[in-house]
Amino acid sequence: MSSPRILEIRRGVLEKNDQLAQGLRERFQAAGVFVANLVSSPGAGKTAFLERTLTLLRAEGLRPAALVGDLATDNDAQRLARSGAPVRQIVTGGNCHLEADMIGDHIDSWGIDLADTDFLFIENVGNLVCPASYDLGEALRCVLLSVTEGEDKPLKYPIIFHSADAAIITKIDLAAAVEFDREAVLANIQSVSPGLRVFETSAKSGEGMAAWIAYLKARHQKLAGDVG
Amino acid sequence: MHELSIAENLIEIASNAAQAAGVQHVQAVHLRLGALSGVVADALQFSYEVAAAGTLLEGSQLVIQAVPAAIYCAVCAQVVELPTIQAFCCPVCGTFSADVRQGRELEIISLEVEDEQPTYS
Repeated sequence: MSSPRILEIRRGVLEKNDQLAQGLRERFQAAGVFVANLVSSPGAGKTAFLERTLTLLRAEGLRPAALVGDLATDNDAQRLARSGAPVRQIVTGGNCHLEADMIGDHIDSWGIDLADTDFLFIENVGNLVCPASYDLGEALRCVLLSVTEGEDKPLKYPIIFHSADAAIITKIDLAAAVEFDREAVLANIQSVSPGLRVFETSAKSGEGMAAWIAYLKARHQKLAGDVG
Repeated sequence: MHELSIAENLIEIASNAAQAAGVQHVQAVHLRLGALSGVVADALQFSYEVAAAGTLLEGSQLVIQAVPAAIYCAVCAQVVELPTIQAFCCPVCGTFSADVRQGRELEIISLEVEDEQPTYS
């Protein structure tokens, strides 16, 4: 004989990842490391943008580092290492996104001293869907969108834009050539995430990078102030 | 496509809860799935069957309750459901709002289970 009944659970399916991410966030905060998670579709220019960011921060005497996730190859890590910053590749072996446990494992096996690090950039796997669900312990989630991708991308991928703390428009040096409709893309970003901060940049010409670097420095100083 | 990874987490949590409660058989798992969770219901249903194979939950049903996104509209002074996640604006007055009150759910609510009754001789 058996009798059916309801067993209440009420638990988040991603609670394990969320708990690990929260642990990482506390660890980063205690060490004074400002962490940014960069998300975009493949080919939006994450690596070029990040290489320029690392170079500019180092030129100001700051200490950035980067973890870069890809399905395969360490090509991106090799490119980023040209900046002189410590870089580590995470090869996901087909996994379409990074999870908090991968970040924790790589921080530990990397042997990087977080106390000697000001910024950690996590370049996520190129994908505008799956990374939206996974907290990596970051202080800032940035979604990148290049001018070559089409103005309606925020409407096609509203969840990742909505979950981001900032949007970065890349390759603006190509805007005229591809007849980029700036007003349309800004309106679409605001529609899916009202009030979202937007940076318009070119890693090639350097345009717009100063505002981004100034923003990062202000956020890092605020973090240091909160810790101290 | 990260629904398989989500389904594996779901099965692990449900199996552990069922085992802890001494449950012999799970008939159904009830899940709340928000419009902003980033998880596609159909893909999750498919992945659930794959992930449940060989576990205590094999053959059980995944019952998904879809939760629409909702924002607080300061002008209307009320929480309003969004008909679409392409526009975070009040469907009544058109005011934009980033104050999301609902829609991020990805939560197991309950299990429908069967317990073996103790047999008396």
